[in-house]
Amino acid sequence: MRPFDYRTPANAVTAVQAVTEHPAAAFLGGGTNLLDHLKLGITHPDLLVDVTSVTADTIEDFQGGLLIGAAARNSDIAADYRVRTRYPALAEALLSGASGQLRNMATAAGNPLQRTRCPYFQDPTTPCNKRRPGSGCAAIGGFTRGHAILGASTHCVATHPSDMAVALTALDATVHVLSAQGERTIPFAELHRLPGADPTRDTVLDHGDLITLIELPYSPIARQSRYYKVRDRASFAFALVSVAAALTVTDGVISDARLAFGGIAHKPWRANRAEQILIGEPATDATYRLAAEHELADARTLDGLDGGNAFKVPLLIRTVVSVLRRLAEEPR
Amino acid sequence: MGLSGFRAEVGFRVDGEPHTLAVDTRSTVLDVLRDTLGNTSPKKGCDRGQCGACTVLLDGRRVLSCLVLAVTAGGKDILTAKGLAANGRLHPVQQAFLDNDALQCGYCTPGQVCSAVGALDEFADGKPSHAGDVTAEPELTRAEIAERISGNLCRCGAYTAIISAIEQAADA
Repeated sequence: MRPFDYRTPANAVTAVQAVTEHPAAAFLGGGTNLLDHLKLGITHPDLLVDVTSVTADTIEDFQGGLLIGAAARNSDIAADYRVRTRYPALAEALLSGASGQLRNMATAAGNPLQRTRCPYFQDPTTPCNKRRPGSGCAAIGGFTRGHAILGASTHCVATHPSDMAVALTALDATVHVLSAQGERTIPFAELHRLPGADPTRDTVLDHGDLITLIELPYSPIARQSRYYKVRDRASFAFALVSVAAALTVTDGVISDARLAFGGIAHKPWRANRAEQILIGEPATDATYRLAAEHELADARTLDGLDGGNAFKVPLLIRTVVSVLRRLAEEPR
Repeated sequence: MGLSGFRAEVGFRVDGEPHTLAVDTRSTVLDVLRDTLGNTSPKKGCDRGQCGACTVLLDGRRVLSCLVLAVTAGGKDILTAKGLAANGRLHPVQQAFLDNDALQCGYCTPGQVCSAVGALDEFADGKPSHAGDVTAEPELTRAEIAERISGNLCRCGAYTAIISAIEQAADA
């Protein structure tokens, strides 16, 4: 591991200043992903700017919704009674991720900014366009079980690993960002990007941009939300596919819906097309299936040394049907 | 925090004892505990946050000491499995591990014990887990315990007895 300097800035403005002025600096939050990367030798900052004390670690009521401080720990967000009752899909997503110890460490802002668990990205001896631009992609034609079926490019087929981000995408969250130019907000669904020709960038954030708050809007439908995650073992594993969903059914007809997918794309995937199909239709398995199939119409699966990832298409469709049926039949 | 070169001075308590040290900024709490302070209770299994053998309680919360930089632990209380035994008496979780034969080789045990102590505190605070309904109060079933300690691997496969030990400690 290369040597690095360590600073504890006085406030968020000086933290942003320190990183902005220093091209090889990085923010340090809970550190669970960054320390792993430092040890693996896939990132080489020469300065860490600790931001755990310069942003809020609280959850505040705000205009009928909630403002989650960037430094709030994942376990504290999941345990918050307002989150559990008003945004249960978010609590479920958080609790389905990582382990008890990691959730005590990981922060609200750090979780959505964690990087892909593509084994080739994490192995500096292999080509990876995300880690080293232009070096190629060892995943294509390699082990592809975990990789993307929507929105991938010839440069990168990695998936985003966060569960929390899938719930925040479905629940219309917004991130508050501080930069050297001032403050701005970004709809959560627009925070992450597809790889295209530049997989090095996971999000639209620039160097020195600091997430300070995550805003959950007032949302009656969010009370009827759930997060389903399918993985190779029952706990402490990343998603093969996951679904965050919220549903309002009136007299057997779907009047409103929110749907986002995880484990299948370079970003948390808001299923806008599927939502449009659901609304106004009867709350039946046939409707749910049609909506999921429509969202996956452009899916492109990968062959691979491990049998590939074509299984994700039927698995995701079934998971969508399962979670929507549960929401319709067992309102919270 | 001193910034000369890439060493920094940091002070924290380990099992109640205060320490002030000059550490390399790259050092983890785990490495400082084991290599500098000679407390080999937390173990280095994977060093990547995947096995839980390095679990300690940091200001009362269970964390992975392999993923905490020592420079970030300034002013904090670190409690290892070694420090859980007070005045020559084992902590109820430690005693329950012995009573239930909840170990074979023992390498993961200090991490398991610290994780169990933290998990029981979280349960006592009403914190939910993935094993139950997040909108309801959790119940400490065996499935709940298994979910809450899923971050601690045991290559000997002593899980059945570990869960029994934690059930016993919860009732103590």
